[in-house]
Order: sequence, then structure tokens, then C-alpha cells
Amino acid sequence: MSEKKNQSSFGGRLYRGEVSIDFVGRRKQWYLVSLALFIISSGAFFFQGMKLGIEFSGGTVLTVTSGQADASNARETVSQLPFIEGLIVQELGTDKVQIRTDSLEPGELTEIQDVLASRYAIDVESIDVQSIGPSWGEEITRKGITGLVAFFIIVMIYLAMTFEPKMAFAAFIALFHDVFITVGIYALIGFEVTPATLIGFLTILAYSLYDTVVVFDKVRENTKNITQVARQTYSQAANLAVNQTLIRSINTSIVALLPIASLLFVGAGLLGAGTLKDVALVLFTGMIIGTFSSLFIATPVLAGLKEREPAMIALAKRVNSRGGNEQENAPVSQRQQPKRKKNR
Amino acid sequence: MSFERVPYGSARNQANQQPVPSNPVRTLVILFIVLLTMGGVAVFTGATSVNLGLDLRGGTSVTLQPKVQPGQEGTITTESIDQAVNIIRQRVDGVGVAESEVAAQGTGTNRQIVISVPGENGRRIIDLVGQTAELRFRQVLIETSDSADSQLLDDSALPAGVTPEVAEQFRNLDCTTVAERGAGALDDPNQAVAVCDREGFLKYLLAPARVLGTDVSGAQAVFDATTTLGWYVSLDFSSEGGRKFAQVTSEVVNLPSPQNQLAIVLDGLVVSAPRINETISGGQAQITGNFTQLEAQDLASVLKYGSLPLAFERGEVQQISPTLGAEQLDAGLLAGVIGLFLVLVYSLFYYRALGVVAAGSLIVAAYVLIVSFMLLGEWVGYTLTLAGIAGAIVSIGVTADSFIVYFERLRDELREGRSLKTAVETAWIRARRTVIVSDVVSMIAAVLLYIFAVGGVRGFAFTLGISTLIDLLVIFFFSKPLVVVLSRMKYFQEGRKFSGLTPKNLGLKNVGEVSANV
Repeated sequence: MSEKKNQSSFGGRLYRGEVSIDFVGRRKQWYLVSLALFIISSGAFFFQGMKLGIEFSGGTVLTVTSGQADASNARETVSQLPFIEGLIVQELGTDKVQIRTDSLEPGELTEIQDVLASRYAIDVESIDVQSIGPSWGEEITRKGITGLVAFFIIVMIYLAMTFEPKMAFAAFIALFHDVFITVGIYALIGFEVTPATLIGFLTILAYSLYDTVVVFDKVRENTKNITQVARQTYSQAANLAVNQTLIRSINTSIVALLPIASLLFVGAGLLGAGTLKDVALVLFTGMIIGTFSSLFIATPVLAGLKEREPAMIALAKRVNSRGGNEQENAPVSQRQQPKRKKNR
Repeated sequence: MSFERVPYGSARNQANQQPVPSNPVRTLVILFIVLLTMGGVAVFTGATSVNLGLDLRGGTSVTLQPKVQPGQEGTITTESIDQAVNIIRQRVDGVGVAESEVAAQGTGTNRQIVISVPGENGRRIIDLVGQTAELRFRQVLIETSDSADSQLLDDSALPAGVTPEVAEQFRNLDCTTVAERGAGALDDPNQAVAVCDREGFLKYLLAPARVLGTDVSGAQAVFDATTTLGWYVSLDFSSEGGRKFAQVTSEVVNLPSPQNQLAIVLDGLVVSAPRINETISGGQAQITGNFTQLEAQDLASVLKYGSLPLAFERGEVQQISPTLGAEQLDAGLLAGVIGLFLVLVYSLFYYRALGVVAAGSLIVAAYVLIVSFMLLGEWVGYTLTLAGIAGAIVSIGVTADSFIVYFERLRDELREGRSLKTAVETAWIRARRTVIVSDVVSMIAAVLLYIFAVGGVRGFAFTLGISTLIDLLVIFFFSKPLVVVLSRMKYFQEGRKFSGLTPKNLGLKNVGEVSANV
């Protein structure tokens, strides 16, 4: 209860600017954090590389459900076959064994199924199989990249039209940041990349952008008549916008992460592997980064770009000369106060 | 019904005094009628269940990619693939598995064929659909059981029509491994070829083809109880084919062994190579080869419906047992229920009584989503896959975000000192724009995912797209009107305890500040 009260009034103070986190002013700090993440990501990507699922590398996964099956007897059974290469055998839960091999010819797949079925006295059809041809990976990679590029272009055009080109550019930087660092984390930790990961990945982009859009919408509102009023610089107005939407950003992230956490929990905990886990994991990782970039990257980059415009430079001069010394000490909030009818 | 309990009397009075763009109670009533009608339509059209994808109920799906043959790059066209789809569909239907599906996706050289078959017929279907079924009758030139043997065949004494390259291939061909046998390779009927038999015991050097699959007009599986033949496939030739077959049999009948054998080559493998004892002029032939009943029937059906215009390779084969399917379905539903529950609890905790709107919105959205699944399943054959469930769960966040945007705006407006009644409208105007812009972004993502996706990703994109539309529907016609109705209640106007709008919640210092302007 008390925690909640604090949080809510915190929201109120944020809104009025009494409390304010300096997202825009201290942007160099955030950029340094991002730069560090960037370097780590590039390092992980180039030196460690991505761990690709069989969908990309080609291969076959067979899952046998049988009380008698364990990793060692499954390995023994399968390795009798002369054509087996790249064999990995893994136990899943108590009664499942997963067998992975390199890409198999149709006839070879049939053979391995038969051998396993007779070894454990199970029906051939009860073996779960996923078999991926060697050129399949290229196909989905190509499609995935085409999709990504198309998404970037279309969304940027849309944002440039709805907001303004500089906002679209700042959003693009934030998105690129998300893509790069998520890829880096995947390379670093060695999470497996599957088509389900790609799904999640594109969803994150949509989500991160969605988050940025909400903040930019507020920035646009706060800076509408900024040059006439001449009370705040663009950076100050933008920073206020981020602070004003902060509670929403946090709430949105929590509300989005809750179902994803449950997906991750059920996917990883109960099923062990597969689509649910892959989607949830990438969403979970990416959404945290997406929230970070909306707050700490998108708006600061936008403010940085806008402050270079002659009109905004002139504005900053006017605001600073008008405010004088008072400007240095007083938070942005004080100037917001009169808007609110209070203390009659 | 619950909507009768809201104090619509007072709402009406106020509506008379000051023009409000639309009557929220009427909007809510209309929405509920629409929702009930949707449910009613679903019940009446018998669409009371959601079609489950193979990954949720077990089954096999095979994705075929056209295989580019050297020198034939231009042959892969949308038309030739559609033609292949028809032939594959006939083959699958011929086997008589209910509810199987054959569909093409993508365009041009990226066009793929996806075959989905429920239940436990996987193995058979996989074998059936992937076959090109290119049938050739070729005279045997050399038959040997030796594997790769460099001594075979002297380059200086090649049989007519055999090039040194083919001779080289023949020498190096190793039939003992499945990969080397090269099943499915399309051969040029006008060239001599080096091929293996299906079991990998023998390898053959064969003359150019004299009779082709296109000369066959019909095929059926026959059981011969009188001899030891067992199951075999009986072929009927077209009149032209019959003539050609008679011609070739009469030519080879008196040659020394093995040149008096005629090999029946299917997709680059010799099925059998019977010795021709007499000229066969009846326009019929038999393919024997120790077939089981199923094998004979499948071969007959493959030959009957003709060969595919292209060779295909299996891009992806997925065979899911019903047990795994049921497990995945349960896990997906469980994740959905837990996710929805957590979000409901959080909304109620954070927004208190206003959270009821949030909870209601989520429940309405879930209802519309499920009914849409049922109706779309009935109308356009939509099937829910695991990826689709994941999409639906992710969209809980998108739906929840819309009312978070609105509520936070509402609180901002109250902090500006507006009365609740005014704040509800001014906050809406601003929140509405944000919600629309962000939903458009989501929609773009969903559409692109759908266009560029392969297989399962489509289900995800489709669900995400539908959910985004439903989100707009719910926020416009449910959440907002409901907030307007609630804002007319004293409980919320005065920002009483647990209303989610107490001065403390808003961070205002003076009690009563909120309603100061009412």
C-alpha cells in the first residue's frame, strides 16, 4: 500500500517536473553506456558468433518419448547407422530423448526412425521429427532480412509523415540500437537462434517503436509552440516529456513483460524447448532493451538533432538569457507550476 | 445484463444539457449487441471450436522448395508450381486422409508448397508428396553389383550414346550410401545415365529413355494371388505410348543379357529391370518389385496423376505426435491464462477501481479474439498454431498499453486541474492519437511479418494483426465509453478511496483539488 502511494505521487511529481531525471542533458552518459554495450555486442558477434538452430544450419531433430530411452542407449542405437554425422543426444525431462544430427537424406530419415522405433518398441509415428534441408536456412534468412529492411523503410516513412523526419531518424537509431544489442546478447550468452526468435525479434522492433512513438507524441505536444513561449529550450521540453511519460513507460513495460514472463516460464519450464520459449526469451531480452532505448536513446538523439537547428539555437539563447542565474538552480518544474490552479 | 445497472438516467440528462459527441451508454449497448451477435453467428454456423494447427494436435507438415536444375532455371514459375500443387493434392486426396491441406506460398522462385496432414499418416505422406514421379523406360546397357570400381567400362569401347562423362559417373557411382544414390534427381531423357536401384544393391548404365511417364494413361495396384508376384502396379499406355513400348520391346528382345532388360526408372532410381521375353504390344505393362499393398497403391496413385513439372526438395519436415501436440496446446493456454491473470491483478492493483475498466477491456478483447478465431476458422480456414497463441499472449500487452496511455493521460489532465468530466474528454483526444499511431506501427509490423514470413511465423503475424484491430475496437467502443460512464459517478468524481483517482494517487497535496472545478 505505502509503496504504491509513493509510486503514484512520484508520478505526480514527475508530471509537474518537481522530480526529474535528466534523460536529455546527461545524454553523453547514456551514449557511453550504449557504446560499451555496442562494443561488447560486436565483440561477441564477431568472435563468438551466433548459435544457429537447425532451421538455419540444416539438420534433423528426432524426439523419442519412451520410459526406456536415455541419452546413452539412444546414442548407441543411432551411432550404428553409418551416415550419422554431428550427433548430439540430450535428455528432455524424464521420458524424452532428443537426437540431433546433420541434414539427412529422405531415405536416411526413414532408416533412423525405424531403428529408434524398433529399439524402444514404439510406434514410428510417435517420434517427433523436425528435418530441415540445407538450403532452407538461406531462404528464411533472406526473407527475414527482406522483412526487416522493409519494416525499417515503411515505418520510417510513416513516422516522418506523422511526426517529422528527425523523429523518424531518432527512432531509427533507437531501433538499430535494439537490434544490435539483442543480437549481441544472443551471441554472448549463446542462446539459440530459431525462426521463432526472428518472430520475437520483429515483434520487439514493433514494440520498441511503439514505446518511442508514445514518448515522441508527448515531445511533439510539449514543443508545439516552444519558440513563441520561449520558456524552455527544446532539450528541456523533450526531457519533461520523457519524465511525464515515464510512469506510462514503466507500466507498459511491466504489463507487457508479465505475459511474456509467463510464456517464458511455461515455455522453458514445462515444455523445455520450442517456439514458446524462443519467442518469449527474445521478447523478454529485447523489451528491456527497447524500453531503455526509448527513454535513454531516442529522445536524447532527437534533442541533439533539434538543438542544431538555427531556430532552436536562437531559442536556447533567449531562454538562457531570460532565465539568467535563476535558470541554473531552479528545475524546469517551477516554470510549469502556474499552469495549475492551486492554493485558492 | 450488467450494462443496465449503470446510471444511464443521469447520463441522459447530462447529454441533453451539454452536447457530448456520442452517447457512451448507447455505444456500450451497441457494442454488447454486436458482441452477442458475433457469438450467436458463431453458434449458428456451427463454428463453436477453434481449428487447431498440426503443432497443437499432432500431424505432419512438409514444405517443398523447387529444386533448381542446371540449365532449367527458367522453369520455376508460379504456374508450374501451381500445377505441382494440383498434382500433389490429387495424390494426397487419393490416399484418402481427411482434412489434409496442400497450399502454395510466396511468388516466383520463392514459391513453396506446404502440405499439412493431421494424424498419424506422416511417413506415407512425406514419401508420397516429395516424389517427382518422373517415370522412364530405359534399355539396360550394363548391370553390376560392384560399387565404385575404376576398372569398369573402357573409354575406348563405349556403347552407342554413352559419353565419356557418363562413363566416368558410372565408374564413380557408389550405390551403398543413401546420399550417393541421388534419389529425386531429374535426368535428361535423351541422354544415357548411370543410376542405382532403390535398395542400393545394383548399379546400371542405361540407354536414353524410349518411353516416358507422359505416355502412361492410367495405373492401378493389383494383387496377384496365383503367382508369387504379390502386389504390383499395372500400367495402361496411351495409344502412342503403347506403340513406342511395343517398338522398344521388340528391339531388345533378342539382344544378349543384360541388354534385353528394360529398366523402369522412377525419379532417378531403378524400380525394377525385367528381362523382356517377348514383344509387348497390348498397351499395358507391369511394374513389379516386392511391393507391400500400400507401396503399390501409392506408386499407382503417383503414376496415375502424372509427374510433377518440377523437382522439389524438402525444405522442412515436421512430424508432431498427438501427445506433443496436446502438451504444446496445454502449455500455450496455461501461459495465456497466467499472463492474462497477472496483467489483471496488476491493473487492479495500480489503477484500483479504474482497473475494472482495464480488466473488462482485456476480457472483452479476449472474447472477441476467440470468437474471431472460431469464425475465421469456419470462413477462411484459419488454424490456430502455437506461434498464433504466442502472438495472442504478446497482444495482451498491446491491449493493456492502450488503456494505460489513456489512464495516464487522464491523470495528467486531472493534475492540470481539470474536472474529471472534462479530463475524460480532453485526455481521450490526446490518448486516441497516440493509440492510433502506435497501433498503426504494430499493424505495419504484423502485415510485413505476414508477407515475408515462412510457415509458423505467419500464424503469429496474423494473430498479432487481428489483436491490434481488436485493440482499437475495444479502446474506442468499450474502454472509453465505460470511463465516461464511470466519470459521471460521484465515487470517481470525488476521487474517493480506491477509485484510483484519489489526490494521493495523483500526487496532489490538497484533498478536494480534483473536484474543485466540477
